Amino acid sequence: MTPFLELRDVKTHFPVEHGLVFRKRVGTVRAVDGVSLSLRQGEIVGLVGESGCGKSTLGRTILQLIPASEGTVALGGRSLTALRGADLRAARADFQMIFQDPYASLNPRMTVFDTLAEAIRSHRAVPEAELPCRVAALMEKVGLAPRFQRKYPHEFSGGQRQRIAIARALAVEPKLIVADEPVSALDVSIQAQIINLLAKLSREMGLTLIFISHDLSVVRHISDRIAVMYLGKIVELGPAAEVFDHPMHPYTQALVSAVAVPDPVKAKLRQRIVLAGDPPSPLNPPSGCAFHPRCPHAVEACKVKVPALEESPPGRMVACLRTQELEAGR
Amino acid sequence: MPLLEIQNLRTSFHTRNGIVRAVDGVSFSVEQGETLGIVGESGSGKSVTCYSLMGLIPKPPGRIESGTARFDGADLLTMKDAELNRIRGKRIAMIFQDPMTSLNPYLRIEEQLIEPLVIHENMPRAEAVKRAIRALEEVGVPDAARRIRSHPHEFSGGMRQRVMIAMALITQPDLLIADEPTTALDVTVQAQILDLITRLQRERGMAVIWISHDLGVVAGFCRRVLVMYAGRVVESGPVEDIFARPLHPYNCALQRSIPALQGKGAELYTIPGLPPDVSKPLPACAFADRCEFAQPGCRTGEVALKEIEFGHASACVRVQRGELKL
Ligand SMILES: Nc1ncnc2c1ncn2[C@@H]1O[C@H](COP(=O)(O)OP(=O)(O)OP(=O)(O)O)[C@@H](O)[C@H]1O
Ligand SMILES: Nc1ncnc2c1ncn2[C@@H]1O[C@H](COP(=O)(O)OP(=O)(O)O)[C@@H](O)[C@H]1O
Ligand code: SF4
Ligand code: SF4
Ligand SMILES: [Mg+2]
Ligand SMILES: [Mg+2]
Repeated sequence: MTPFLELRDVKTHFPVEHGLVFRKRVGTVRAVDGVSLSLRQGEIVGLVGESGCGKSTLGRTILQLIPASEGTVALGGRSLTALRGADLRAARADFQMIFQDPYASLNPRMTVFDTLAEAIRSHRAVPEAELPCRVAALMEKVGLAPRFQRKYPHEFSGGQRQRIAIARALAVEPKLIVADEPVSALDVSIQAQIINLLAKLSREMGLTLIFISHDLSVVRHISDRIAVMYLGKIVELGPAAEVFDHPMHPYTQALVSAVAVPDPVKAKLRQRIVLAGDPPSPLNPPSGCAFHPRCPHAVEACKVKVPALEESPPGRMVACLRTQELEAGR
Repeated sequence: MPLLEIQNLRTSFHTRNGIVRAVDGVSFSVEQGETLGIVGESGSGKSVTCYSLMGLIPKPPGRIESGTARFDGADLLTMKDAELNRIRGKRIAMIFQDPMTSLNPYLRIEEQLIEPLVIHENMPRAEAVKRAIRALEEVGVPDAARRIRSHPHEFSGGMRQRVMIAMALITQPDLLIADEPTTALDVTVQAQILDLITRLQRERGMAVIWISHDLGVVAGFCRRVLVMYAGRVVESGPVEDIFARPLHPYNCALQRSIPALQGKGAELYTIPGLPPDVSKPLPACAFADRCEFAQPGCRTGEVALKEIEFGHASACVRVQRGELKL
């Protein structure tokens, strides 16, 4: 069976240029550097990793907002990377993006009604008389009272604005949504509302969701699977609870151990793996396994050989040269 | 005598749209060497509380309406500017969420690090530079002797945060106030910074006020916790009690709504309604509009923080009357 969304060895590189008049290429940022990933329809995959590891770039590449430098993205068996012009515009209705800052992504001079009506019209011809009813239905779907139709974005709270942004994304009846840090700018008590909403929409509408976040406990909660990125590559991929409870890649282990647990008793007993050094630059990634300068288990071979993302055990994928040894020793 | 003792602090902002009661009668104290966490949603008054102590409230529109803040016996709120500057540069230090708030983008970090030493301690320049390099090494900046010549923008976010911490700690303060300094950082870098501050605290007996909306960080790092809501302290107590036996419905609801404490995939508990607007009149218990246990009496009577168990206080009148088991 063809997967719903399939990425094959996707690379997104940005040129780094210098000089004002004669721009000279001085290097390449390998923001996404060989990602392969398949999603089932209706699946929620969480994308985690340090700032700058390429999560947003991958999300935007999937949605064709940035062209892939290499590799293919296919939705429902159809390659998106080959589409151009009108075909691409038509295909774009199938996918939508939700951003961290709902304020920046909404037009401050448009009422909720105008924003949603515009999105609906852009998707299909709807008789003018039918619009109010459709807008109201959308608002209800995301838990906003339809009586707020005539209000402007600044009259809403952050959580409500995120609901408007979600409603606008849903207006075109998309099959795939990439949500880039959709709750990071929201208060704790409001985050839960938005997480519940996204989970419900995915369940009820069969939406496929890529959920980008740096908050591992949020990702664990909402995702079916988690993909851990490091410097443009997926280093671990597997069922959310398993990856979280039994991380196999040394980077995932450090990441999971660094998550603050809101339980003072457990927090005091816990051993944290504190990584040395800073996240490296994708402009000049380390040789071999890119994690080797910070990895507590690195050996000489790690400096030379690039580990491939391999399945072991079934359902779990890890990109580490020493997985077998390290797992045996645990 | 506690190192810092705040009593009945009220700070408001007189704006065109009304009076914002940002801090509305807050009292607490910090012992020497202690770590106190302050948690609450954005807008609950955490930052304004600390800015008030540090004389960092813009006036106008800000106004400190009442209160005392005794640091080592002297009231920070009424002392002369010169005296406050001496304490602020040396005995109390503050770090912020955005390191660029305290770093000057145009100066090499060397100049910024040695300034307090040269000004407050009349240290010769060469000696101050040596001390500054050591301070950078202490916070884990590699190659400090060379990197001290850099400008702030040449550092990554995490490294900049460390430079700011080095700057805050260089005069060996008795009290460090940290306003969400790790919120914008990755968890791995956050863990490094927390480890670093814990170590320095152990070595120097420094007290810390740690402001955060992340209950997880507070649980692992702080000894005592204040929970703020709408400019007031609604619960305070030892960290274990705050988590194991919450005594205020807001604290309880906050804990129930974070994913880490709930079953995977289960519908998350959500607090109904919105955070309060402190420029509008609020009911006596400001949480009443969102509280599942609210009764008409909660909106009118007198609401004050009262000790329920030893060292563990709540401002919920129903808990105080023994009517609620949370
Ligand atoms: N248009 C661009 N030109 C050059 N470099 C870019 C561009 N967009 C992104 N990058 C670089 O690509 C890398 C990946 O960036 P990306 O925004 O995808 O990271 P991220 O994982 O989403 O990080 P964060 O958690 O901070 O949002 C970074 O080093 C970034 O600086
Ligand atoms: N300069 C200012 N002018 C007007 N209102 C302000 C100012 N600074 C803070 N406030 C208000 O004071 C309240 C408390 O803010 P703050 O202490 O920053 O909250 P927290 O740190 O808990 O997120 C908020 O309602 C905020 O909008
Ligand atoms: S390949 Fe080597 S450096 Fe990379 S994660 Fe595995 S052990 Fe560490
Ligand atoms: S005083 Fe009343 S409204 Fe306030 S927290 Fe207690 S029960 Fe709820
Ligand atoms: Mg991003
Ligand atoms: Mg604040």
